[in-house]
Amino acid sequence: MSEPLLEVRDLSVDIVLSRGTIHAVDGVSFALEAGAAMGLVGESGCGKSMTLRGILGLLPRTGRITGGQVLFEGKDLVKGGQRGLREVRGGGISIIFQEPMTALNPVMRVGDQIAEGPRHHLGWSRSQSRARALELMRMVGIPDPERRMRAYPHELSGGLRQRVMIAIALSSEPKLILCDEPTTALDVTIQDQILKLLLGLRRDLGVAIVFVTHDLAVIAQTCETLAVMYAGRVVETGRVEQMFREPHHPYTLGLLRSVPDFDAVRDSLEAIPGMPPDLASTFSACRFAPRCQFAQDDCLAGEVDLHEIDGGRTVACLHDDACAAAASADPVIARV
Amino acid sequence: MDLLSYTLRRLLQAVPVVIGVTVLVFFMIHLVPGDPARTMLGTHADPARIAALHKEWGLDQPLWVQYKDFMSRLLHGNLGDSLYYQESAGTLIMGRLPATIWLLAYSTILSIVIAVPLAALAASKKDAARDQVVRAVPMIGLGFPPFWLGIMLLLLVALHSGGFFPVGGYGNGFTGHLQAMFLPSLTIALGISPILIRSLRASLLNVLESDYIMTARSKGISERRVMYRHALRNGVISTVTVLGINLAFLVGATVVIEQVFAVPGIGQLMLNSIFQRDFPIVQGVTLVFAIMVVVIYLAADVVHAMLDPRVRFD
Amino acid sequence: MATAAAPIATEPLVVERHRGFWQRWYRTPSFVAGLVIIGIMVTMAALAPVIAPYNPNHQDLTQLLQGPSSKHWLGTDNLGRDVWSRMLYAARVDLQVAFLAVCFPFIIGTVLGCISGFYGGWADVGVMRFVDVVVAFPFYVLIIAMVFVLGPGTRNIYIAITLVGWVSYARILRGEILVAKRQEYVLAARGAGFSDARIVMRHLLPNVITQAIVFAMSDIVLDLLAIVTLGYLGLGIQPPTADWGTMIADGEQFLTTHWQLSTFPGVAVVIVGLGLSLLGDGLADLLRPE
Repeated sequence: MSEPLLEVRDLSVDIVLSRGTIHAVDGVSFALEAGAAMGLVGESGCGKSMTLRGILGLLPRTGRITGGQVLFEGKDLVKGGQRGLREVRGGGISIIFQEPMTALNPVMRVGDQIAEGPRHHLGWSRSQSRARALELMRMVGIPDPERRMRAYPHELSGGLRQRVMIAIALSSEPKLILCDEPTTALDVTIQDQILKLLLGLRRDLGVAIVFVTHDLAVIAQTCETLAVMYAGRVVETGRVEQMFREPHHPYTLGLLRSVPDFDAVRDSLEAIPGMPPDLASTFSACRFAPRCQFAQDDCLAGEVDLHEIDGGRTVACLHDDACAAAASADPVIARV
Repeated sequence: MDLLSYTLRRLLQAVPVVIGVTVLVFFMIHLVPGDPARTMLGTHADPARIAALHKEWGLDQPLWVQYKDFMSRLLHGNLGDSLYYQESAGTLIMGRLPATIWLLAYSTILSIVIAVPLAALAASKKDAARDQVVRAVPMIGLGFPPFWLGIMLLLLVALHSGGFFPVGGYGNGFTGHLQAMFLPSLTIALGISPILIRSLRASLLNVLESDYIMTARSKGISERRVMYRHALRNGVISTVTVLGINLAFLVGATVVIEQVFAVPGIGQLMLNSIFQRDFPIVQGVTLVFAIMVVVIYLAADVVHAMLDPRVRFD
Repeated sequence: MATAAAPIATEPLVVERHRGFWQRWYRTPSFVAGLVIIGIMVTMAALAPVIAPYNPNHQDLTQLLQGPSSKHWLGTDNLGRDVWSRMLYAARVDLQVAFLAVCFPFIIGTVLGCISGFYGGWADVGVMRFVDVVVAFPFYVLIIAMVFVLGPGTRNIYIAITLVGWVSYARILRGEILVAKRQEYVLAARGAGFSDARIVMRHLLPNVITQAIVFAMSDIVLDLLAIVTLGYLGLGIQPPTADWGTMIADGEQFLTTHWQLSTFPGVAVVIVGLGLSLLGDGLADLLRPE
């Protein structure tokens, strides 16, 4: 198998606040092939957004990468410094944010914002960049692009703004697009349109996608592989159908059981009891143990790392067999 | 709403303020304790002259009649006649106005040239050494009396520059003005830069945390472009208002600075007229100053609208 | 229902903020630094009659324009007066006037701002229109014009500064009250039937006044600069009373030979300004809710 397009090894990101240092991302690892689509799932605050931002080095002022590697096409972005990052941004990897209203420059026309990458990163001429912007706007389904180019972000609807963001992400012909909950802030009907758009673009352009969300239904529609994050770490990875049918990590099982079902109607939704831990603390046991129905004494002995199980999956649990068995007995999804 | 209609709307809103200004200026004469005419001409003045002044200023008429006359004279461009010079106040003021306008424009440009790069420098790395230095400047700078700063600049620069920066005056021709007005304009610019730096830095720090800055960086463009085309372009919006307020303050500072550097503008005219008790000039200059301030606030609002397209859609 | 709300409403919610103040003030470097500087200046000014070696107005015609020496620490001016003594007495006058002058605009502006913000409607429109008109005049121009009209001297300085300076406070208070009056504790107090005056005085004011107090710090600097500028122009504190502004003006003619005469008084003003800025910044930090 050829080298993966993106390989994140043991990435750690800290956020330094006055009340302490938060270990937002604590040793996250996953890999992605060219053209593949991977989901990154977890509840709010689990570190999934920070992981994406860490990949591109777009951390907040108080954040810093404290360890690990990010290998894109074999080159380590963490070691490459600002220069390396700037080269990769736009043309290699691009990113789409959750809230298009705040993610677009309010005083710049959207056409200029779309054309900025080609013009200033790729060094194209003004007319070339403008032509590319028009082409992209058509590609993402913005009607009347010649007129809309001159609009300011606040003059457009939420759905159109997100399409502009997608156009920006595509502008320098990236090989990988990181999507940070791109549909969460949109109306349900628009969500569907945007998702279909992303899927279509992926199919036509062959870009790889990392899709961060807390919505499992979206993952089911869009991704082939999945990584589940909890409290700053990855707790399970694998192919989507495998994981939905037979999750090996209790948290994954809990997530599946807490969402309205896809096929059959469940009797009740089960919320996972308890709250996620404070990421400013240090851990000496399995992070999910306090909320886990399968927890035993050995779970409290120390942190549990990811280990491989068959089928190319990994899981960070000492009792994943018990969990898988329970899942098979009462499946969430009969077939995907 | 486009820029033009926004401008017209603000213009209309300024009208009541201008009227209020004229009322206040009109009332200045009535704030004088005792008999204004006698106070102006001196207690030993010829009674006939006092009576004549009473007549001219209509001091024996009811208040609203006085105001009516005042306004009708004003609308004809008549600000009264100087008691000291045998000329109309209007002509005198117009003659001195260019020097003051030069001073104001020059100061504004210098203050922007000073404040913007410093604020950008400080904001680019918060709490770093260069940020601390830039933050210390307003601390110390706000306590500088503008006129004293001018005197210090005279001492340290003008007197040693061998005439390149003259110790006073307006200079001849464009380059002459540039040279002569440099130090006085610098004095004023240094006076308001601290506040501008502080405001712009805070605004930039705020902006730099925004999502669209992340988007801009994610395109792989240079950090410099991120700062100037994205951060500053948004950061200056709120600073324009602060600049407007400070310019209004600055307009008043010209009175003192013109004195220090012997610039023949309306500020110096006002001061001389105060010592000569030439009331119509003082009144006229005060009015002109107020109009200038109203214009400046209007301009600041329009520039703000130019920079921020969201504002026009009120 | 009303009785249940009443006990909550009577307890002003100011306690949290100010408790922190008394515990933290000595750990805030800017506040302490400012306090020290101002403390020194004020003490020296207050003790001027005691520590000044000479009478500030005593002219020793044998000692004109002397440089610094052991007899005259900062030298003498063109009338043979000891500069150091004059500096001390000038501090006394200037600081006193500056600190006092800030009080009247503070009070008037606060009252008008409260009325404007709390009642809204015509009161608000009226006050704000008036503010717009006053603000249209540059600060110095209006002060100078006032002094011109009323005549020079200390008393008229107070009047001029008051008439011009109240607007900032009115705006600040109005802004704060507009926000604060929508808070729950105010609605609770109103529901409990307290009179407007009581609500404003006991409940709103303690919470919104902090912004005005912080601003007052920088306003003192502004007033001090205005007083000194008026002195320089000859429109302020009248000679022979020592004042930093008049001292600078007197020394201006000797700039090339005896530059210290105009420099030192200015330095004194800068130091006071620095102290007050530090104090204001420290205060702002302390009074900010944690």
